[in-house]
Amino acid sequence: MKTIYLDNNATTKVAPEVLEAMLPYFTELYGNPSSMHSFGGQVAQKIRIAREQAAALIGASPEEIIFTSCGTESDNAAIRSALATQPEKKHIITSRVEHPAVRILCAQLAAQGCRITELPVDKEGRLDLQNLEKSMTPDTAIVSLMWGNNETGVLFPVEEASAMAHERGILFHTDAVQSTGKIPINLKNNTIDMLSVSGHKLHAPKGIGILYVRRGTKFSPFMIGGHQERERRGGTENTSGIVGLGKACELAAKNMEKENTYVRKLRDKLERGILGRIPQSRINGDTGNRLPNTTNISFEFVEGESILLLMNELGICASSGSACTSGSLQPSHVLRAMGVPFTMAHGSIRFSLSIYNTEAEIDFVAAQMPAIIERLRGMSPYWDAQAQAGKINK
Amino acid sequence: MWEYTDKVKEHFLNPRNVGEIENPDGVAEVGSLACGDALKLTFKLDENKRIKEAMFKTFGCASAIASSSALTEMIKGMTLEEALQVSNKDIAEYLGGLPDEKMHCSVMGKQALEKAIENYKGAPAVEPGAKIICECFGVTDKEIERAVRENNLATVEEVTNYTKAGGGCGNCHDAIARIIEEVRSGPKTDTRPKLTNLQKIRLIEETIEREIRPSLRHDGGDIDLIDVIGNRVIVATRGACAVCKASDITLKHFVEHRLKELVSPDIIVEEVAK
Repeated sequence: MKTIYLDNNATTKVAPEVLEAMLPYFTELYGNPSSMHSFGGQVAQKIRIAREQAAALIGASPEEIIFTSCGTESDNAAIRSALATQPEKKHIITSRVEHPAVRILCAQLAAQGCRITELPVDKEGRLDLQNLEKSMTPDTAIVSLMWGNNETGVLFPVEEASAMAHERGILFHTDAVQSTGKIPINLKNNTIDMLSVSGHKLHAPKGIGILYVRRGTKFSPFMIGGHQERERRGGTENTSGIVGLGKACELAAKNMEKENTYVRKLRDKLERGILGRIPQSRINGDTGNRLPNTTNISFEFVEGESILLLMNELGICASSGSACTSGSLQPSHVLRAMGVPFTMAHGSIRFSLSIYNTEAEIDFVAAQMPAIIERLRGMSPYWDAQAQAGKINK
Repeated sequence: MWEYTDKVKEHFLNPRNVGEIENPDGVAEVGSLACGDALKLTFKLDENKRIKEAMFKTFGCASAIASSSALTEMIKGMTLEEALQVSNKDIAEYLGGLPDEKMHCSVMGKQALEKAIENYKGAPAVEPGAKIICECFGVTDKEIERAVRENNLATVEEVTNYTKAGGGCGNCHDAIARIIEEVRSGPKTDTRPKLTNLQKIRLIEETIEREIRPSLRHDGGDIDLIDVIGNRVIVATRGACAVCKASDITLKHFVEHRLKELVSPDIIVEEVAK
């Protein structure tokens, strides 16, 4: 059975060009870039190139790029550094829909005496910057807001938010794990101080990430124990990962237009196909301001895990915000923050596309979904109750 | 991904006995939309008072559907006395086991079976004397007691895996710990009939639709039911209501008042955080 992979916000396929670029670092080019001999030194040179490739994708300078192990490490390093370099400040502003890398870290910091403000979102998942304005205090150490939401794709106005924070001398960090490579990012045009990137979300392998730290920003390292990354992240470099991520960044810059035309068109076609064929289904999140590859669709009166498993039978991969898939017993914190009714939240499915998807795949998925939803609704006591109440035209 | 046994997958993909029996001898509904799973069980007896037919409708994950399917297969041909001996463990074993976090699916099957049999016997569909302990998932003390007893549970976490109780806000963890303690020392009872969660949510929905929404629409507003957590009814105001300064008063004096009157005097209406 052929796999149709529509779960690219979870992870992506390593691009063939990326794999090819990486392979020599597992075989003949195994040197340590810190070594004094040219056998290691040649690897350091390749890391320098990768740093330039990564910097170019986001409009940064190479020395502003710190290679980390993943997006979660980058988020941790950014927020912990803001607290460490401003020990007198104890307040963090974030949002209710952040990735667990930020949310759970903040919950732990709250237990250690920090004050956390989680900005709310409206029912489209949008942020009101007036709430940010009202929340900033002289005690605020950092504002951390994600650029693109991993579940709904909704984009936050982080550039405006960073300007507001900057006016007050407050550090601004953004988790750009989902948006890097999908929408143009140019750090020369804004005042974002720190930004997190994850390699495996943009066709590089797992285990490599970036923390961008703007020149002049005070930084206190999270990983101690080596001079690497200009003493901002100790530990021998993940040479193959860094080279792969550099290549992936170069490809992402080339594919940016395709992401916003080809992928967007496929996503829109999938949405139209599904919403047009399945009653009582709807999109979660602001459709006017989203990542081009993401859609989050709720099917009323059915449960997400069941939907995913029936999709799985057809080789279709996606994700759900339902309670049963998370094991937490509650539907996704993002959908709850948006006030999505529980009849809808439990039956939410996230489809996230990539440039490797084809129109044939999208047509197949759109054609198969109605039967899956009908089959589960046929078993659902709620769907039946609704039909009997005459509310729905089956 | 959950590690389901082949038998769970098979019952999920080819569920037996889906549907509703017309004019059933026994019927029960357990669970709720808010919880993420719910089961409606119906059965019919033959002339020898054995279960001739059992059917289910389930909203929920794969293990909830598989547990329901397994239950209806297991009880066919049984007398009601025999059926009452079927425990949630038996359902899980029939399926070759369930992941710990999914044991509550087998418990839901057991609850539905008991309630359907009580229904047949003419007893109220709801266990008398039960008190809600976990407001997030509407789990009663009786349900927790039974799960602890039948599965020899010792920790709050185990109770959560089996009943969902304690899996939301966590405020009831102390109460659950006390119940675990009590079950291991001795039983106690009191009596107070109440609506099932499913009945309550339906009644709230109907009341909003019939009694509340028309008046709000008349003023250019609207209201959506977002969640029901125990007696807390979470709503969102729409249209003119969403920007109306008096909407708090409307919620308390009109919406809450009507729901208290028509559903339960304990109802508290709250607006979802904007």
